[in-house]
Amino acid sequence: MKSLAELQAIKEKMQNKVALRDGSGEMRVVVGMATCGIAAGARPVLSTFVEEVANEGLAGKVTVSQTGCIGICQYEPVVEIMEAGKDKVTYVQMTPEKAKRVVEEHLKGGKVVTEFTLANKA
Amino acid sequence: MKELSLNILDISKNSVKAGATLTEILLLETENVLTLKIIDNGCGMKKEMVASVTDPFTTTRTTRSVGMGIPLLKLAAEMTDGSFNIESRHESEYPENHGTEVTAIFNKNHIDFTPLGDIPASITTLIQGSPHTDFLFRHTLVNGEVSVDTRELRETLGDVPLDTFEVILWIEGYLKEQYEALN
Repeated sequence: MKSLAELQAIKEKMQNKVALRDGSGEMRVVVGMATCGIAAGARPVLSTFVEEVANEGLAGKVTVSQTGCIGICQYEPVVEIMEAGKDKVTYVQMTPEKAKRVVEEHLKGGKVVTEFTLANKA
Repeated sequence: MKELSLNILDISKNSVKAGATLTEILLLETENVLTLKIIDNGCGMKKEMVASVTDPFTTTRTTRSVGMGIPLLKLAAEMTDGSFNIESRHESEYPENHGTEVTAIFNKNHIDFTPLGDIPASITTLIQGSPHTDFLFRHTLVNGEVSVDTRELRETLGDVPLDTFEVILWIEGYLKEQYEALN
């Protein structure tokens, strides 16, 4: 059974990493989580990003956050990826499976998964 | 919405938006009835807003003039011959104890009852999205209770943020294990 002692251990581990955390936010993953996004399946997409980023050891350079309605409800779940000095990439009609590929190819590999982008739909 | 817990996630975001420092999400189940209460200490709403809030053409969003959050939850409750109620005290009239309380009552055995779905994932997502405010989640079932209080977690975590990846995954596992222990 998970206990607060385990959380204490996480705390101690994270405090040692504070210096590393300061360098985070190089890449930002933002998931649209308004009513439209949630109804279209944004929750499992967000969970997949959180899990995969942690599992792949990308926590030091990638942040995952939520936003409200981006305004293109028909394309939900929508995920935006921001990186300093690069154009914003908007992924649309996302699923957990697509999210895994974005983590692997875009966040890890640095290559945009063009087939999932809004530009590819419009 | 395919899961009631997604309605809960959606509606609770309104509390955060209203500036609540604490949002309580309470589920009380008996054999036949599920009662959901979401109680926050946010800015509250004026009477006119409370009266119109179940109308889809009332919304605080700026990208679109339609807001479906509250109407969808109300519908989900009423489809089961249940009920929906919202009460609010606006900060202009109640500077000391303002906030909003949403109550939805469901008949669990009704054919149109939407299952609760993945509560650990929804509550964890809620916390991940608003790590700077507090949530108390308590689900009282016939055979026991599942709960998490971010104020307690914060006491242990100190200055480590709630939305740290490891912490978020821990919270989800913590809730899951509590449910598994009841099965």
